[in-house]
Amino acid sequence: MNPFKSPIKWLLKDTPLATRNEITPKLGFALVVLFALVWLIPFLWMVVATLRPASDGINAMAELMPNLKPTLDNIRDAWDIGDFPRYFLNTTIICTGILTVQFVTVTLAGFAFARLSFAGKTLIFYLFLLQLMLVPVLLIVPNLTLVAKLGLYDTLTGVMMPFFASAFGTFLMRQAFEAIPTELEDAALIDGAGVFARIRHIYVPLSLPSFSAFAIVSVTSHWNDFLWPLMVINSPDKRPLTIGLSVFTQTAEGTQAWGTIAAGTLIVIAPLLVTFLIFQKRFISSFVTSGIK
Amino acid sequence: MSLAEGAALPVAEPASSRLPLVKRLSAAFKASLPAYLLLLPSLIFLAAFTYGAVGRVIVDALYQRATPRAPSRFVGLDNLAAVLADPAFTGAVVNNLIYAVGTVVPSMALAFLFALALSRTNAVTSALRAALFLPVLIPMVAASALFLFIFLPNVGLLDHYIGRLLPVLPNWLGDPDTALIAIMVITIWKNAGYYMLFFLAGLQAVPEDAMEAAYLDGAGPWQRLRYIILPELKPTFLFVTVIAGLNAVTQVDHVFVMTKGGPSNATNLVLFYIYERAVEHYDVGKASAATLLSLGVLMGLTALSFRTIANREGGP
Repeated sequence: MNPFKSPIKWLLKDTPLATRNEITPKLGFALVVLFALVWLIPFLWMVVATLRPASDGINAMAELMPNLKPTLDNIRDAWDIGDFPRYFLNTTIICTGILTVQFVTVTLAGFAFARLSFAGKTLIFYLFLLQLMLVPVLLIVPNLTLVAKLGLYDTLTGVMMPFFASAFGTFLMRQAFEAIPTELEDAALIDGAGVFARIRHIYVPLSLPSFSAFAIVSVTSHWNDFLWPLMVINSPDKRPLTIGLSVFTQTAEGTQAWGTIAAGTLIVIAPLLVTFLIFQKRFISSFVTSGIK
Repeated sequence: MSLAEGAALPVAEPASSRLPLVKRLSAAFKASLPAYLLLLPSLIFLAAFTYGAVGRVIVDALYQRATPRAPSRFVGLDNLAAVLADPAFTGAVVNNLIYAVGTVVPSMALAFLFALALSRTNAVTSALRAALFLPVLIPMVAASALFLFIFLPNVGLLDHYIGRLLPVLPNWLGDPDTALIAIMVITIWKNAGYYMLFFLAGLQAVPEDAMEAAYLDGAGPWQRLRYIILPELKPTFLFVTVIAGLNAVTQVDHVFVMTKGGPSNATNLVLFYIYERAVEHYDVGKASAATLLSLGVLMGLTALSFRTIANREGGP
């Protein structure tokens, strides 16, 4: 089954070899349970350290056993040191800005590739494919020059702009649109619907699972992006979460305030973790489709 | 709306072969115009930030950037030669190679183990998958903040629980011998859950009847793994290798937060070198030359990944 075609459904299925439970001997399974526990330790430490009173001292900091008199002091301190509402706002602006423009660009381009025939189609298709090969992360230096030339240095628009077009998103939408029966469009054509009307009333509503998969991947990757905003942003009030957290960590590290660092990290990643726990399956399947992002 | 009309009709060129070439071309262009207009917004941004960027990297690599005293001047391949002769760059390449092998192999091995063990779908395996996938979601900067304390000498989590067993407590991030390993550990922790997803997807494509037949023929679990699953998953292994290889070059956030390339360049990776050259030394020529070299290597790697995707008919 091709997860590209139905990104949501496939994860609900057992893998065929598992149906007899032989390839996973008990020992291997126990080993993976152990790994999963180890994988959770940093998160566990984060929560325990956040709630630990500073009076416990630095040597108690590494204890994974929680102090039974938890305190919210660390969260309050972290909240006071870092400008978290501002960081959240900036990151939200960046992610929604990118996603909104991307929806327009990938829908239009995806439709052109899926449903129209035109001169030079193969060539232009390869141009899009080339974008995936050029590893955008590496192009930070020339792109910074361009952003500065456009007068967008130290602006959120400058952070967003290189991602307004998405070859990956275009391919994803092309695939989704191709799966829609042409009969539906023919009916709309007879009713006299134009290109935009057909995209809006037929293609977009019928491709919502692909849109949501793309949205999850796009938002997660730009939510977590660090290097590019680090280069573009200079003013403290324009920092996104990742830059804010790194500055915050450096400040608190100097004073050995590990409880505060844990609290700051918790503040930053809690919304992500909660969203993930609610939409777990959707997240996981979206990530599989994103293998070529 | 002419755009709507044009796109609505199939591209038909009645008797066009009798028309002269120019007319035929302009007719083809007219018929294609709606598609071009739909592609234009994407192409503008791709041209500016991808194709144009590659062009600018090539030009920048050939020039010495202007200083307050001297204008920019053409230096040919000097920047390239200077980068290749720079011990910081060659050191970064060596570090990056060690880092790539040291993260790709263990994280893939773990991911494959996870996928095999968690291939059944039930409440327990879902919870375990979620636990292993959690690090994928959080920013690398956040992961680094947590691991800063884990690796803290003497009082950190690692020394508190395991370090006591060692004769000497190493300064994990402060010692050139261990800093790169520490950086690798975070990367493995962060990525293994991601690669697990591809193996889970790949395992679903293993034909059930082949497994059944092998089972009936008396093949044990190891034999089925060796003769059916592994050959069946070869493309997945190749695909994940490429993704993981790319990650090893493009993920450097933890270097920024934890070590800044130190101590004594032990954790200096190629992308960090490029950033430092460009932003901290204003040496765009050298940064561009280094970018160009890495682009060449990575393009080959991604081209390989596309061949793999194509062979798998439609994706991972």
